[in-house]
Amino acid sequence: MHQTPLDAAHRALGARMIPFAGWDMPVQYAGITQEHNAVRTAAGLFDLSHMGELWIRGPGAGAALDGALVTAPSRLKDGRAHYSMICTPDGAVIDDLIVYRTGDEEFLVVANASNREAVAAALQERLSGHDATFDDASFRTALIAIQGPRSRELLQAHTDIDLEPLKYYSIASATVCKRPVLIARTGYTGEDGFEIYVDWGDAERLWNHLLEEGTPAGLVPAGLGARDTLRLEAGMPLYGQELDLETTPFEAGLGRVVKFDKPEPFVGREALERAKDTATKVLVGLKLTGRGIARTGYPVYLPAAPEASGRVTSGTASPTLGHPIAMAFVTPDLAHAGTTLEVGIRNDRVAAEVIPMPFYSRPR
Amino acid sequence: MAYPDDRKYSDEHEWIKVEGDTATIGITAYAAEQVGDIVFVELPAVGTTVSAGQSFGVIESVKAVSELFAPASGTVTDMNGALGDSPETVAADPHGDGWLIKITVSDPAALEKLKDAAAYQAMVDDA
Repeated sequence: MHQTPLDAAHRALGARMIPFAGWDMPVQYAGITQEHNAVRTAAGLFDLSHMGELWIRGPGAGAALDGALVTAPSRLKDGRAHYSMICTPDGAVIDDLIVYRTGDEEFLVVANASNREAVAAALQERLSGHDATFDDASFRTALIAIQGPRSRELLQAHTDIDLEPLKYYSIASATVCKRPVLIARTGYTGEDGFEIYVDWGDAERLWNHLLEEGTPAGLVPAGLGARDTLRLEAGMPLYGQELDLETTPFEAGLGRVVKFDKPEPFVGREALERAKDTATKVLVGLKLTGRGIARTGYPVYLPAAPEASGRVTSGTASPTLGHPIAMAFVTPDLAHAGTTLEVGIRNDRVAAEVIPMPFYSRPR
Repeated sequence: MAYPDDRKYSDEHEWIKVEGDTATIGITAYAAEQVGDIVFVELPAVGTTVSAGQSFGVIESVKAVSELFAPASGTVTDMNGALGDSPETVAADPHGDGWLIKITVSDPAALEKLKDAAAYQAMVDDA
């Protein structure tokens, strides 16, 4: 089991630790609902040091990534980022990624902890023949996210750059608490927020300082439990639940991410062209109108139908909305907002309605 | 956390308090703490038979579903309907207002196998 550089800090805060993707991670501190609400109303501090940081550098880096991923990183301007995916030749999703361009010939690809090795292997293979190098910095790079409506003012007090002009999905070199970092305006909560890439050895000092200084303004440490309920309300997919090797980007509602207008071939292109119009399942949002909470794996039915027409991928009692929500794969004929469905919960069928995602959008 | 002496405790972290013909069942403060923020409780209807060691309902946090295991066998005579609208009461007052069901115990002798407050305290202190 790997420990992040914040392991001692989590334990000192009384975190409940769980194994997650090979890492000891905090699932909660004071409680998931409390942490969730703090991120929606003030700010939360997350340790995401388990994520994979993979650097691709060299004159051929952009072209190599264009061929390796479903997006076109070569079109990113310096300092900008986009959401991407890496697929198999069969068009299945190996992982979903954030790609940052940090220089003319330098890209940072951030992978889920559970898929870091698979992504690293696929990228290395796909870089061959290109003038580009691969560097897995995951075990020397910590990642601390500060998320929530007060995150900008809280972080601004400790950094040398003006955060106001840093656009959503942008990244900049900076210092935080006088340590060199990369600050990205990205996140996985549906709120404004920042992700701070920092050297392993500087992470604990930075975490403790941000937390101590931010506590009076409502900043709380937030664990993986709140991260999951926050991203679910925001309608964001989680690999292993909404995305896996049995799912195409189109089925997961992420077809817009795939850039077929790239001139060069990319891995999975032919299969994805075919998959575009042949999805056998569609990801939908559900609001449960009956009593009960839909959980991963529960069957979804057309009312009174004996056979299931889908299955729940993620579900919880939404802390912000006050009612149960879920994401589910259903057959395409049932994927229209307003469709009445049922979720099989233990021995009952509980009524649910297909509703548009995201479930929650922050006030702007 | 003090565990009241007026009841017995199961290894699955339920308590049972016998008063005359009726026994009240709930989860312990330790269990409530482990489950976290309780957002949903599903309990059996009055008249249902529950069996010692068997699941009689579920308690859910935002994160997970936990089964409730009956500390004794019997027939449900009442259930805490207030938890439908206020499941958080289970965590706020697990040994009092957060009670779950009342049963008539069909096998009172089996209660002797359950732990008293001191033995239960010792068990959770070791956990």
